[in-house]
Amino acid sequence: MATTTRTSFESLRKGTTARVSSITGNSSETVRLQEMGLTEGTVFRVIKVAPFGDPIEIELRGYRLCLRKKETSNFEVEILD
Amino acid sequence: MVAIVGNPNAGKTTLFNSLTGSHQKVGNYPGVTVEKVAGTLRLPSGVVECIDVPGLYSVSAVSEDERVALEVIQGHCPGLRMPDLFVCVVDATNLERNLYLFSQLAETQTPMVVALTMVDRLTGKNRQIDIAKLSNLLGVEVVPIVGHKERGLSLLREAVARNLEKRKPPVALLARDDVLEAQVSFLRERLARIGADFGRAEVREALVAPTDEFRSFLEEFPEVREAFESAQGVIAGFPTGAPSQEVATRYQWATMVERASVRELSSGRKSRSLTDRIDGFLTHRVFGLIVFVGLMYLVFQSIYTFAQPLMDGMDTGFKWLQGAVGPHLAGIPALQSLVVDGLIAGVGGVMSFLPQILILFFFISVLEGTGYLARAAFLMDRLLGWCGLNGRAFIPLLSSFACAVPGIMSARVMPDSKSRLATILVSPLMSCSARLPVYLLLIGAFIQPRYGAFWAGFSLFAMHLLGLLVAIPIVWFFNRRVLRGSRLPFMLELPPYQWPRWRDVWLAMYFRGKVFVNTAGTIIVAMSIVIWGLSYFPRLSPQQRQQAAAEYVQAHRDANPSVIQKHVAEQQLASSVLGRFGKAIEPAFRPAGFDWRITTSILAAFPARETVVPSLGIIFSLGGDVDQGNGNLRSALNDAAWPDGSPLFTPWTAVGMMVFFALCMQCMATLATVKRETNGWKWPIFMFTYMTALAYLAAILVHQLGLWLG
Repeated sequence: MATTTRTSFESLRKGTTARVSSITGNSSETVRLQEMGLTEGTVFRVIKVAPFGDPIEIELRGYRLCLRKKETSNFEVEILD
Repeated sequence: MVAIVGNPNAGKTTLFNSLTGSHQKVGNYPGVTVEKVAGTLRLPSGVVECIDVPGLYSVSAVSEDERVALEVIQGHCPGLRMPDLFVCVVDATNLERNLYLFSQLAETQTPMVVALTMVDRLTGKNRQIDIAKLSNLLGVEVVPIVGHKERGLSLLREAVARNLEKRKPPVALLARDDVLEAQVSFLRERLARIGADFGRAEVREALVAPTDEFRSFLEEFPEVREAFESAQGVIAGFPTGAPSQEVATRYQWATMVERASVRELSSGRKSRSLTDRIDGFLTHRVFGLIVFVGLMYLVFQSIYTFAQPLMDGMDTGFKWLQGAVGPHLAGIPALQSLVVDGLIAGVGGVMSFLPQILILFFFISVLEGTGYLARAAFLMDRLLGWCGLNGRAFIPLLSSFACAVPGIMSARVMPDSKSRLATILVSPLMSCSARLPVYLLLIGAFIQPRYGAFWAGFSLFAMHLLGLLVAIPIVWFFNRRVLRGSRLPFMLELPPYQWPRWRDVWLAMYFRGKVFVNTAGTIIVAMSIVIWGLSYFPRLSPQQRQQAAAEYVQAHRDANPSVIQKHVAEQQLASSVLGRFGKAIEPAFRPAGFDWRITTSILAAFPARETVVPSLGIIFSLGGDVDQGNGNLRSALNDAAWPDGSPLFTPWTAVGMMVFFALCMQCMATLATVKRETNGWKWPIFMFTYMTALAYLAAILVHQLGLWLG
């Protein structure tokens, strides 16, 4: 059986490709990140990590967005490679 | 009226500038800190009003800026009509996310034209877009805008004119759940019974994600609230009601449209783009930070140093004007002083800020236009984020070390008004260049002679650091206690690098300069005249002047006319409203070790702190024409004593006075700018109160610490 590692944004490194596996909560922060395209099942790749560790830039739906890792605590991701 | 709506960074403002040129009116939306930019749009069919709506990602408004944008779109904004047509700006390279907003706008029943921007960048990505197909899928006209060339713009103008004529609303795009729609109709009908007229989209929005405003509205009408709760209960049984489900459905549609209208030209090897290669260097953890520090140093030096010759030139010009106008009014001394010391000095004070403002906005527009500003925010976010600011606060804070006025104006680089306000409130704590003369005077008089050059340099550095250190806990506190409202996640896009559009750069400089002179300038001149009046009246009578001169000659056995004249000037200031007020508040400043001479010079410096050195000159009988390097003023301060003969200034008093100046809000120009930027007197009054209280307490603390340590 194939195992996928479910983890948080914190463990993502530069170049990692991952998929949003589940989202909890309906806070305005969480809903807004979904409205930016980070919905369940969305595949994205980490492009850059800022010199002090946060924020990170990810590529999703053909565009790039910078967000803070610590503001994505409601998002669970699985690493694809 | 035509409203230009779209995502931030979709090229909305550039399109607006191209369409309206310099026919723009920059103002504020009533009651909020959000800037309103309106203009006129020339169409083949005539001229229409056009408004640049603040950038939106979605119509579920969270921040103040978004709420305003939403009010404009729905026609609820006081003083603005419901828009007759939206120009929806869609970034062709970021179709899915831009279409998310489009899908929401399409439900407002307002006619729409899509302006498709960045089409030229698709070629670089080996993609091609089928405009006809896209237009067909969206159900509205789509006009590609390539590099803002006149051809695309005139096609857009024609499309706008055509659709204004037709007034055909777009088709709502999503196959909506019938259950939801049925509940929307039910609730609309109940709302209509109490005379409230809501659109379908609004009611749907309120059902799916009710705002606090809507909830408090319901509180007033129990029968509607009941209907609302029952409708929500029905929807809850169906997954379509949940926000994440709705978002996912819209994105499914957007993905479908994107796949159908965009074609990959060749799946050949993707070369690393130029932007990526530049970013490899500019956001690198070592080189990126070095370049950042270098660039910020250049910006800071430009405001601090390069503006100086221009400011000196203006100063010379206004001095010349004072000299030229003064003699003509010699017959009426009060009018002469009003014009020369009040009016011309006030206008000169306003103009002296212009070089700094123009230079700073030149750099900001260039950095923003090239795309670097977003990288700077990316690099700095971690350092500023933990206390409630964000990476974009860097520019205003750094600029404020030169001058808080352009610094506060530059806070508009922050799209979120809550972070913007937090940054504005602490910007004047950064030690600006106008505080430097006070530091140099007091350090030169009390620190350097006793403790040497090392401690003199250290004190100067410590004074510059003080404001920054104080600002951190203050901003942390403000974010928790003073500034309320829902939080948005930090979001930032790094646009591809490009050459700045010089037209946008000049327009930004022109409008910032104009807004400052027109709005802040008027307040500054008015306040300069008020303070002039307080320090000029009431006049000593000729007998009182003679008496003051005679007393001086008797006490000092010195008949030098210019010295006597200076002594009379001191007596005049002491007996003015300002001097009397200074004496009246002396007891309150005793714990800080300040006497009435210091309190009067502090009061005189409230319109502009740079006037404190000339004020000290007058009050210590040296005349107003002194500067911080003046040896006489230094020795006069050293000789100054309390009535019991003990020295007025100890090194601790000097430090206390520097700390007071470092923290106090003594700058009318800053307050006037804050009033302009926050659109009201609430925040400038708050700023004045908290900074003055802070300065007062800190000065007392320093003096008492000095007494305790001996």
